[in-house]
Amino acid sequence: MSGLSANVLYVLVGTVLFGISAGLLGTFVVLRRQALIGDALAHAALPGICLAFLLSGGMKHPVFFICGAVVTGLLGSLAMRAIVRQSRIKEDTALGLVLSVFFGVGILLLTYIQHQPFGNQSGIDRFLFGQAAAIVGRDLWLFGGIAGMVICAVMVMYKELKVLVFDPDFARSIGLPLSRIDMIVLVLTVLVVTAGLQSVGVVLMAAMLVTPAVAARQWTDRLGAMLGYSAVFGALASMSGTGLSTLAPHMPTGPWIVVCATAIFALSLVMAPHRGIAPRWWRHRQTSHRIHEENTLRTLYRLVEDGRGENVSIAMMQQYRAISLRQGIQILARLERRGFVIPIGDRAAWHLTSAGLREAERLVRRHRLWEVYLSRYLQLGPGAVHAGAEDIEHILTPELEARLEAVLQHPAVDPHARKIPYATGEER
Amino acid sequence: MTAHAIAIQDLTIAYQRKPVLWDVTLEIPAGSLACIIGPNGAGKSTLIKGVMGLLPMASGVVTIFGHPLQDVRQRVGYVPQRGSVDWDFPTTVLDVVLMGRYGHLPLFARPRRHDRDLARAALEQVGMETFADRQISQLSGGQQQRVFLARALVQDADLYLMDEPFAGVDAATEQAIVVLLQTLQQRGKTMIVVHHDLQTVSEYFDWAVLLNLRLVASGPVDTAFTEEHLRVTYGGRLNLLTAIGEEIS
Amino acid sequence: MTAALLIIGTGGLVAASCGLLGSFLILRRMSMLGDAISHAVLPGIALAFLLTQSRHPIPMLFGASTLGLVTAFCTEFLHRTGRLASDAAIGVTFTWLFAVGVIVISLFAGQIDLDQECVLYGEIAYVPWDTWIVGGRSLGPRALWIMGGVFCCDLAFVFLCYKELKVTTFDPDLARTLGISTRTFHYLLMGAVSMTTVAAFELVGAILVVAMLIAPGATAYLLTDRLGWLLLWSVAIGILSAAGGYGLAMMIDASIAGAMATVAGGFFVLALLGAPHHGIISRHLARRRSFGNGPPVT
Repeated sequence: MSGLSANVLYVLVGTVLFGISAGLLGTFVVLRRQALIGDALAHAALPGICLAFLLSGGMKHPVFFICGAVVTGLLGSLAMRAIVRQSRIKEDTALGLVLSVFFGVGILLLTYIQHQPFGNQSGIDRFLFGQAAAIVGRDLWLFGGIAGMVICAVMVMYKELKVLVFDPDFARSIGLPLSRIDMIVLVLTVLVVTAGLQSVGVVLMAAMLVTPAVAARQWTDRLGAMLGYSAVFGALASMSGTGLSTLAPHMPTGPWIVVCATAIFALSLVMAPHRGIAPRWWRHRQTSHRIHEENTLRTLYRLVEDGRGENVSIAMMQQYRAISLRQGIQILARLERRGFVIPIGDRAAWHLTSAGLREAERLVRRHRLWEVYLSRYLQLGPGAVHAGAEDIEHILTPELEARLEAVLQHPAVDPHARKIPYATGEER
Repeated sequence: MTAHAIAIQDLTIAYQRKPVLWDVTLEIPAGSLACIIGPNGAGKSTLIKGVMGLLPMASGVVTIFGHPLQDVRQRVGYVPQRGSVDWDFPTTVLDVVLMGRYGHLPLFARPRRHDRDLARAALEQVGMETFADRQISQLSGGQQQRVFLARALVQDADLYLMDEPFAGVDAATEQAIVVLLQTLQQRGKTMIVVHHDLQTVSEYFDWAVLLNLRLVASGPVDTAFTEEHLRVTYGGRLNLLTAIGEEIS
Repeated sequence: MTAALLIIGTGGLVAASCGLLGSFLILRRMSMLGDAISHAVLPGIALAFLLTQSRHPIPMLFGASTLGLVTAFCTEFLHRTGRLASDAAIGVTFTWLFAVGVIVISLFAGQIDLDQECVLYGEIAYVPWDTWIVGGRSLGPRALWIMGGVFCCDLAFVFLCYKELKVTTFDPDLARTLGISTRTFHYLLMGAVSMTTVAAFELVGAILVVAMLIAPGATAYLLTDRLGWLLLWSVAIGILSAAGGYGLAMMIDASIAGAMATVAGGFFVLALLGAPHHGIISRHLARRRSFGNGPPVT
């Protein structure tokens, strides 16, 4: 019993260490839009592992495998760069090409080895699908070493990495040794990928670099925090995945880790406070409701102003604004709930309440002041508007409105010669 | 009603939550040679793409010759910006021009001799007939633009929307395009062109639309293209507006 | 000898079908979506096995094609609504589906006759011995029939929708203004890729399908400037890779599928170096010539 739990512990510590290092490096990989590089590197490692096995005459020491994997992994990524730089082939095609052809060569070598007299390739097979259950004490040192190197590298080179990710041309212009940093990141990625082959296998390696990092992106807009989140998510996914896979016998660990990571991602995608789909949808709905309500109040005001009567039907509103009947009914129902309008008869017409009239006056004043401002000062700086004024007239604060009024010296009419309504006693 | 080539009412287009075009209402009479001008980021291309249904409208109604776009698709030709396609695509000049005929061909049908003749004629009209069998990656910027115009010609539309056809072309091409636009106008076509060069507005166009997130002016060149409107359109920022920007962000 | 011909024939059909569709994937910059689909069909195959308890090709094709479309849909959803970069969206989607596939297979290990070897290597070497028997008469290898059917479907699709595929690939904005639905053709293409991938999956393995999808098309892209020729070249190169791969595999006694991918890669390297206009050598020579004689004559 104690033997089993020690084994489980090894696996747990090993996958968690791997999850942390993959999460950290994955952040950079994702931000540089190279999300699938892990996939390519993992596949390109196979021929290296096979070659190492062949050259060492059948030794099965993990260090040999890792050396082989690093060599062909680097070769693969250099080949990708050369193809993109030297021909009209685009990046995605180069990636898929290197991935599949290197892997094909790997398979060729692997089957060749199987047919050799010394070809007991069980050690190699382990790298293909991952077999976390086979992690032993010796491997922990390896995982720990790699995780340590990744953490050190990220801490030491934090600011260089930041510039490299954000603006490589600028980094080069200020004299950072870009290609050297790039190389270090690449080697670290290859190391992590190779280590990961053992716990999650070739195909799922891509997930460990990408999924925790994109999940982390949902929660924060800062690189430092994103690194933290990503490492935590990676560790969390590894932990829960390993735990789940021990519940039943013969369960593969790697796929469960990936499924857990994806679950974390899905949750982040939907729920994250700022970028999440649900909060975004809700905010969008709120904004569009408010704009529609305000526009409708203004329309009602204008109908009254134009002497079309106090009781207004949707058909009358449609002469002023492009809205559908259904939209009109919904908006008016919301306004009724806010106490701004009351229905007349069997809801065929609507009437502004005194609260509604006050609100409509406020909106019309704001709108017309804004129009006066635009036409009088003739200056609408796009830069200032882009700075965040999504919908200026709907978000003018009372203070700004007062300033607007003062600057314009309380104009009586708007550019279309329509009267600007002021609160009683204030009108000039 | 049908005197208008295009009528836009209350058009608002938003990327995510940020409206990039607000409450645009305008009408352009049929037979006009109109330009849309405004500073970078004013929403000129956005307006055209919104009209063509390439961007979702947040609100508003667009009618073309008195009908919604779906009913008159064949009467509208669109000339996108040159940079919007992959010029490494393995195809010839003639082939690109032929794509303009696809709207007139039924599903599965191949272009016929008649379409090919039309395409060659269009190439001739833009002075590119000798390039018909060239690979498109071998063309210069001006030549690429002419190919796009030829493609629009074979669409045989009544209204053309062109996104910056004059951007980055040589003087010869610019002249060729102007002549082409005027010829088309004489044949009763309407053209709406996103334009950058204020110097040439009165020379090339007879209708001007000034845009800066909102519509500033739309009308015959001599009434709309005035100094005052230009100041509105291109004016710098003002303190109050900056204050608002800071308040919100 | 007939066995060899049958294997080469089947491999050739795989390569030809993949080459046709792969060319469009390359031009649309969606090569990695092909990779994703070829992995993500795994749970579809596993579920089809589970539900029908057989290896009948029809439910398998159906299940896997559905999953292929799910992949394309998820990727687009994550990219559009979730605002992920498209490669990140691909990475998240296919790994998740593949993981689910592996879990399903290991959960029902006893009931699914599909092992990891098959996922990796494919079983093209056994093609001649798995024959289709109707009414006691053998009609030849089953895989040959299936692949032949798939190839005919792909060919018909590309032939009939040639102009739509071309315009939606080259200028999607124009296509939409002409009233051609880019979305429809996107999903039709993805459906065809899924179907082909599934049929090829059993023969050459999940990852080498990708080699067959991308390598011949990429090689052809360096050789020609016409879409029609690009398609023909990629089919031809695919078939040559299949034949060459078989020879190589026999020579060193190794996996046929792996050898096919290796040979396809070899063709690409040759084209990359020696292609008439777009190869490294001729570009290098052209540059030297233009430096030597002043500006190039156009």
